[in-house]
Amino acid sequence: MHETFYEVMRRQGITRRSFLKYCSLAAGALGLSPAYAPQIAQAMETKPRIPVLWLHGLECTCCSESFIRSAHPLAKDVILSMISLDYDDTIMAAAGHQAEAIIEETIQKYDGNFILAVEGNAPLDEDGMYCIIGGKPFVDQLRHVAEHCKAIISWGSCASWGCVQAARPNPTRATPTHKVPGLADKPIIKVPGCPPISEVMTAVITYMLTFEKLPELDNQGRPKMFYSQRIHDKCYRRPHFDAGQFVERFDDEGARRGYCLYKVGCKGPTTYNACSTVRWNGGLSFPIQAGHPCIGCSEDGFWDKGGFYERLTDIKGFGVEASADQIGMKAAAIVGGAVAIHAGVSVVKRITQKGDDA
Amino acid sequence: MSVVEKHKEEAVYVYQAPIRIWHWIQAFAIFTLAVTGYLIASPLPSVGGEAYDHYIMGYIRWYHFVAAYMVIIGFVFRIYWAFVGNSHARQIFLPPVWRPSWWGEVWHEVKWYLMLISEPKKYTGHNPLAVLTMHVLYVWGTVFMIFTGLALYGEGTGPGSWQHSYFSTWIIPLFGQSQDVHTWHHLGMWVIICFVIIHIYVAVREDIMSRQSIISSMISGWRMFKDDRPPDDLH
Ligand code: HEM
Ligand code: SF4
Ligand code: SF4
Repeated sequence: MHETFYEVMRRQGITRRSFLKYCSLAAGALGLSPAYAPQIAQAMETKPRIPVLWLHGLECTCCSESFIRSAHPLAKDVILSMISLDYDDTIMAAAGHQAEAIIEETIQKYDGNFILAVEGNAPLDEDGMYCIIGGKPFVDQLRHVAEHCKAIISWGSCASWGCVQAARPNPTRATPTHKVPGLADKPIIKVPGCPPISEVMTAVITYMLTFEKLPELDNQGRPKMFYSQRIHDKCYRRPHFDAGQFVERFDDEGARRGYCLYKVGCKGPTTYNACSTVRWNGGLSFPIQAGHPCIGCSEDGFWDKGGFYERLTDIKGFGVEASADQIGMKAAAIVGGAVAIHAGVSVVKRITQKGDDA
Repeated sequence: MSVVEKHKEEAVYVYQAPIRIWHWIQAFAIFTLAVTGYLIASPLPSVGGEAYDHYIMGYIRWYHFVAAYMVIIGFVFRIYWAFVGNSHARQIFLPPVWRPSWWGEVWHEVKWYLMLISEPKKYTGHNPLAVLTMHVLYVWGTVFMIFTGLALYGEGTGPGSWQHSYFSTWIIPLFGQSQDVHTWHHLGMWVIICFVIIHIYVAVREDIMSRQSIISSMISGWRMFKDDRPPDDLH
């Protein structure tokens, strides 16, 4: 039997006081009332750690990087001890055959009771040969483990949507978890972002442990508590947006005054994520606070929406790449031109006809 | 109108008052929507001073939404009127696309516009080509703008609001993501602008060159005819 979280934490020298502090923090992050803190504490004291198999497909490891940097000084330890990361290529001690053996062991011991966390995604072209793990295509490993898990967490935009490796023209046919053909039908929680915010990642796991169920998901499979509002809805620069005060160029007065970044391409109005509330690096800051527009990293296909510094999206098709305005103005000009010519011909015709009548 | 006076005049009441009022409110609202919509995507030059002193973007969006609700309520009313109004009120919603003879008349009208024939047919209602254009570009164009617009609006009102529950939840994933809905909503504006250009041009041209009145009919409701041969759509 796995140890409980609490046991692990105590073993790591964490005081009970810090432990309780973490519990109230977690309750806060989850948007729960402080009354839930004891419930979280109790869960951690009594429930065995959830075994997690953390698989890596095509990815850059930014999700892992984010995860191990969870803000609260305690969180790092808590998180690493909270779930028993039985297998995680990047941070586990085992290597080679030994490491691969852990997967089989976990499957045998906890069949149907462990969580599969997927970072990155599976390339499907050439039978998955673009991502080989232990001599086998990653997609096979993914299908095999998914068969036996309880639920799947798709970490980051790669596993959730596809991200950069799936950007046009997606040379390896990189495919997000929920679209992998032949994957066992298991609940999938998408935690998009490039990377997702560490507090969001740890809170999702804490929730699953405490309440022994999946967090409530929106109809695209994202936890509602972190992905139901846009960056724009809670952005501290929003008063400048409403006032009509924009940064026009990165070196202008507006930029120095911290005006809204809409005109330099901010995707905050179309991006669902918790950056403007939870922020990054322990609530220190987030991109917009640092003066950079949101690039929409938690949205599907954000690489393929034209320039990061342009407000209007490129529309691709018919071999052209242009914004809605460029296409629309051309269409209107063609229609307008046709109308003008038609009117001209009509007038000429009418005059000549009148001549005939007379 | 001087042309009309030359002939024995016969008039038919075509556009009932609610239709006429609706038409001009729609015209005004769509104009407002296009101007404010364009400014939402490409805002006016930045202003200085305290944020507290201005609400420029806020007002532009507000006017967009007010006009949007005028279009929505107007459109719902217009559908209701298609049921209770006269037969002309149903025309733009139900082009008889299943009737080969109707397509023949569309073709006849196309030839008239290509100036291949010297005289158009005579209609009390819309001519078939007009019905087709209005049905495809106006009716479906408006439905498209209302649905995509409400999906975007629901993003602001948030989960729990009816706009979000009935529109945003399925329309946003349908298009891909929020940004794509913005793009298509924006493209839809250009489709409507193209429709407006054609609509105004042909209304003026038909008023002068066809065998019936057009613009004045949308003001008075009465269709005047410039000759006394029977119209082709009175059966
Ligand atoms: C003929 C009708 C309409 C036209 C021409 C029009 C035009 C536009 C345009 C060009 C935009 C900017 C899109 C972009 O971000 O690139 C826009 C945004 C928007 N429109 Fe419309 N629209 C119409 C109808 C509606 C309707 C019926 C609604 C329903 C409430 C609506 C709600 C919105 C919303 C919520 C936005 C986004 C505002 C924002 O991002 O701040 N629109 N519209
Ligand atoms: S900076 Fe971006 S998210 Fe913030 S108010 Fe402006 S557009 Fe919205
Ligand atoms: S502000 Fe936007 S681009 Fe930046 S991390 Fe958050 S969602 Fe991603």
